[in-house]
Amino acid sequence: MTSVAERDGKAGTMTRPIPLGKRRDLDWIGIPLIAAVGLAAYWLLPDDLALLTRIAASALFVLSLDLVLGYGGIATLGQAAMFGTGAYAAGIVAVNWNNDPFAMLAVGGLAGGLLALVTGALILHARGLTLLMLTIAVGQIVQEVANKARDWTGGSDGLSGIDPAPVLGMFRFDMFGHTSYLFALAVLVVGLVVARRIVRSPFGLACRGVKEDPLRVSAIGGSPKAYLVVLYAVAGVFAGVAGALTAVTSGIVGLDSAGFSWSAEALVMLVLGGTGRLYGAVIGTAAFMGVHHILAANDPYHWMAFIGLFLIGIVLFLPGGIVSVAERLGGLRRGKEGGA
Amino acid sequence: METMFGIAVDGVAYGMILFIISVGLSVTLGLMRVVNLAHGAFAMVGGYVASYAAQSAGLPYGVALVVAVALTVLATLPLERLLYRRIYGSANELAQVLLTIGLTFVIVAGINYLFGPTLKRIPLPELLTGTVELGPKAIPTHRAFVIGAGAATLLGLWWLLERTDFGIRLRAAVDDPAMAAALGIRTERLYLATFALGTGLAALGGVLGAELLPLEPYYAIRYIVLFLAVVAVGGAGSIFGSAAAALALGIVDTAGKYLIPNFGEFFFYAALILILFRWPHGFFKGRTA
Repeated sequence: MTSVAERDGKAGTMTRPIPLGKRRDLDWIGIPLIAAVGLAAYWLLPDDLALLTRIAASALFVLSLDLVLGYGGIATLGQAAMFGTGAYAAGIVAVNWNNDPFAMLAVGGLAGGLLALVTGALILHARGLTLLMLTIAVGQIVQEVANKARDWTGGSDGLSGIDPAPVLGMFRFDMFGHTSYLFALAVLVVGLVVARRIVRSPFGLACRGVKEDPLRVSAIGGSPKAYLVVLYAVAGVFAGVAGALTAVTSGIVGLDSAGFSWSAEALVMLVLGGTGRLYGAVIGTAAFMGVHHILAANDPYHWMAFIGLFLIGIVLFLPGGIVSVAERLGGLRRGKEGGA
Repeated sequence: METMFGIAVDGVAYGMILFIISVGLSVTLGLMRVVNLAHGAFAMVGGYVASYAAQSAGLPYGVALVVAVALTVLATLPLERLLYRRIYGSANELAQVLLTIGLTFVIVAGINYLFGPTLKRIPLPELLTGTVELGPKAIPTHRAFVIGAGAATLLGLWWLLERTDFGIRLRAAVDDPAMAAALGIRTERLYLATFALGTGLAALGGVLGAELLPLEPYYAIRYIVLFLAVVAVGGAGSIFGSAAAALALGIVDTAGKYLIPNFGEFFFYAALILILFRWPHGFFKGRTA
């Protein structure tokens, strides 16, 4: 159902007249559009609010991966380390000291950012398989620490009993998930605005430069590794906030929030939507989790087969993801070459 | 002392299994530069075929082993042609990760569809169930068999790569594929043969290691991190590097389980980070292939 709403939304994007040679102008309507579609989903699908909330929080996480991968070219299978750290930090703070949702988000972001900064400085000199292994190892260590520190994290039982205070002291988190969803959507939209600002800043452009050609960046006086470490830390903040958001909205944090498969799933969602486009993260997450919701209800293995075939298909036939289809169609519509 | 001996035997046997499976990955990674996350799935397929052949078809263990390796190689060769060939080369890292994760998912789902989600065993023959006297100590025959098979694989691969025509071509192609092709080496065929070698080793390890790495549909996802760790530490394409890394990893992991059961995995990954931090191309990086 969600994906239908998304498709309608995208159709809207495509039919909008786009000034020649200014394709980037398409960007600014994206965020209001996502907010509008999100609100429409709130009215149209009141029974699926729990799913929609998870989609919003996961989209923020996938967005963090897009910053790292799409703008920095860092192939990682350990982004969930930051997500899990943020979720646990927020959960622990909420259970023990302060359950204000904004404080939880701040703590989560801080924890994720710090972890990313430290580990990024340690591992980002590597490339290829070595880098993949290092990111996996970081994720496994976080998971293992969370598993062993039972007193704080609840170990394999998960951390439960997180009971966030009302948002701004006014909106209680009700059992139907109305507040949860709107809160998650608001955080996602703010995250998108901030991310968009970051990738269009001189820093974001420098990161893209590193992705395209690290040698040239160092030749003109930049330090590729420094850019990547900062980008990794910034994305870590996003992932940490996403984790904290999950803790706020679901009230529970499990070990799998830092696991290898969550990192891999995020990668799948991002590639499904398209890397390096920010909106691809949101669209990919909505499509992935929407279809998952429908298919996995029957048999989780059917879902695995489906997503596996889909991934193979994407790599072979559609390297740009879902968003690139819209761009290609848009390109054809304007009688130009299809979007590359 | 008794514990130490137990750790050594179990650790070495475990390490040999890791070696047999990982070295296949190492060889394909060294030559084709493919981060093949589906390698664990190939090992799993080998194990399942052997399990089916031994249990349902009633074939003896040795025959089941051969059938499993042969069938796995035959079944994966079309994949090389259709899928892997498109993603060779180190520029395609992300595509490789995604495509092979996708393939892994499909194989996991397929195995579950065909064999169900329960744990499968490969019954051992009489010959391998007892113990072997080794001076004052006795070690389980299966462990001894696994260790012997690992050593044989190591020697066989060394001979294949260092002493045969195939090995010379392969090493040439690893060093400089374009030049090798220009000199008349048919690299496409070489790739196909190497891919078959890699999956064959995976299947062999999957069958031999069924006692240590139990067969269930999530095998493919559960152990791939271990195999990748061996390759990353050993250095892609290095046989002796893989062997040393696999044995070290097997012994450390087993010792961790015996002695400090609570923090085994933590130390394992911490050590992995430190090693890769200091030696990004693998601890045992020597000449490739």
